Amino acid sequence: MFRGLALGSGGFVVALIAAIGIFLLLQALPSLQANQVSFLTSGEWTTGDPNDMRFGILYLLWVTVATAAFALVLAMPVALGIALFLTQYAPRALARVFAYIIDLLAAVPSIIFGLWGLQVLGPALVPTAEWLNTNLGWFPLFSDGNVSIRGGGTIFTAGIVLAVMILPIITAITREIFERTPKDQIEGALALGATRWEVIRTTVLPFGRAGYVSGSMLGLGRALGETVALYLILSGASGRAPELSLFDGDATIASKIANDAAEFNNEISAGAYIAAGLVLFVLTFVVNALARWITTSRTGK
Amino acid sequence: MSTELELERPAQPPSFQGISTGRKAKNLAATVMVSLCFVVAVIPLVWVLWTVASRGMESLLRADWWSHSLSGVRANEDLGGAYHAIYGTIAQGLVTAVIAVPIGILVGIYLVEYGAGTRFARVTTFTVDILTGVPSIVAALFVYSVWISIFGFSRSAFANCLALLLLMIPMVVRSTEEMLRVVPNELREASYALGIPKWKTIVKVVIPTALSGIVTGVMLGVARIMGETAPALILMAYSARINMDIFEGSMANLPLLMVKEFTNPEAAGFNRTWGAALTLILIIMLFNLAATLVSRLSAVKTK
Repeated sequence: MFRGLALGSGGFVVALIAAIGIFLLLQALPSLQANQVSFLTSGEWTTGDPNDMRFGILYLLWVTVATAAFALVLAMPVALGIALFLTQYAPRALARVFAYIIDLLAAVPSIIFGLWGLQVLGPALVPTAEWLNTNLGWFPLFSDGNVSIRGGGTIFTAGIVLAVMILPIITAITREIFERTPKDQIEGALALGATRWEVIRTTVLPFGRAGYVSGSMLGLGRALGETVALYLILSGASGRAPELSLFDGDATIASKIANDAAEFNNEISAGAYIAAGLVLFVLTFVVNALARWITTSRTGK
Repeated sequence: MSTELELERPAQPPSFQGISTGRKAKNLAATVMVSLCFVVAVIPLVWVLWTVASRGMESLLRADWWSHSLSGVRANEDLGGAYHAIYGTIAQGLVTAVIAVPIGILVGIYLVEYGAGTRFARVTTFTVDILTGVPSIVAALFVYSVWISIFGFSRSAFANCLALLLLMIPMVVRSTEEMLRVVPNELREASYALGIPKWKTIVKVVIPTALSGIVTGVMLGVARIMGETAPALILMAYSARINMDIFEGSMANLPLLMVKEFTNPEAAGFNRTWGAALTLILIIMLFNLAATLVSRLSAVKTK
């Protein structure tokens, strides 16, 4: 009986993930059929009138992917550095305390990061953002976006806050892998007279590369789905198409859903947001599955 | 004379050569960079914590903060407190934990004790991984589409708990799984040798051995979901009054209180927002601390 119960719970979890996909799809279908424009290639978003639904994921998808990618670009090298610091450089006695400090970052709720990003970091970043915009504006990523740089509610600010939030995730996984670098390899390198950096380059990094990449993918998954911090930071609808710059604003898929949750008063309107949620679900599913695949294919060798 | 010197020279160069300047420089540069990375991560942490502590302290020092709600308090009055939201956060966290813990532990037991190595266990592990990565907003939409759209229930704190459940189950599974794997096989075999059935071995021997680790995992999970905001935005309606019933009516929790009050332009709104932020951090720290204490006091007995 106990075995059955345990098996049943396992089955429940598997069914759950299938149910998420199926129910989201079921609820999204009627709205997608009522949609007057193409869901995948349009950027419009007017869902107030059930008889005239016009919604497309394009702009939201750009902001979502751009913010997450920017955050990842910032967080990856720093996370690598921290993982190396914690496993190879920090004195053994202090390493645990330092690791605990990094884990504390993960304990701070995202809404608090959001509030901090909105009221403290955003304004503090405005001079940097303006400098980048005036001096490097010829580079597409730093050109004028569709919202005011002065407001701070840009992909630029949001990406930096997100980078801080995903740092502990990437660090934790990378650190775990680095710690498992075979001792004899490290000692072998040392015996050949390698400096500490050479030891890392020749043993730790090659050994931990797969774990590092998969940890980064998990961080990316987290960044794509982050809601409330971006809901607070990104300034609301500008109504203009994004310029493919870091100084675009508007909303990510998740923050758009959170922003308009109060509008869920009829099934067709809500269905539009559920359709967007489904895209997000598929996106994070693929990223997480990829992360897992990297880990298993590596350990399979 | 000169030929003699030539002969006296050792045939081999010395075995140990000094490290060239280039290699030394590279090594030093790496050390500096890596240490800098750590500092870079600490800056935002200290900055965030300092911001929250300095801005939130004022509210927390008022006695009303812990004992009153915001019912009937005007937007510009520095009165009332967060009792309703603190109650909501803790109640929702506990209800979620009460449902999530048995399911999560059972899945963990299945993965380690029964299913190890089978195809279905691999599928389950994979789904748990995916569930870990499901964004909270997607979990909220799922609960919305099933619980509210299809079953026709109204928005309530319980609906929020259901969404939090989806986020907490994988965390409990993970920590249970990890802890059960650490339990030495000799303990199980000794129990079987005494003729004790498998289920009883698990309940009486394996679980008690791993319990402290599981409790730690659960505490960390609760701390994590108490800061979740996205599901509350979709599945709950905020109420400034105290509501003890999680199944009926509107209810508050700390993140929702922050979302409501940060748009309040008055000084009181600022105080309430950051006061709630500090309270939330304190509650989460308390749970984290309790988790650390539990694991310190009763570390898994491996021998």
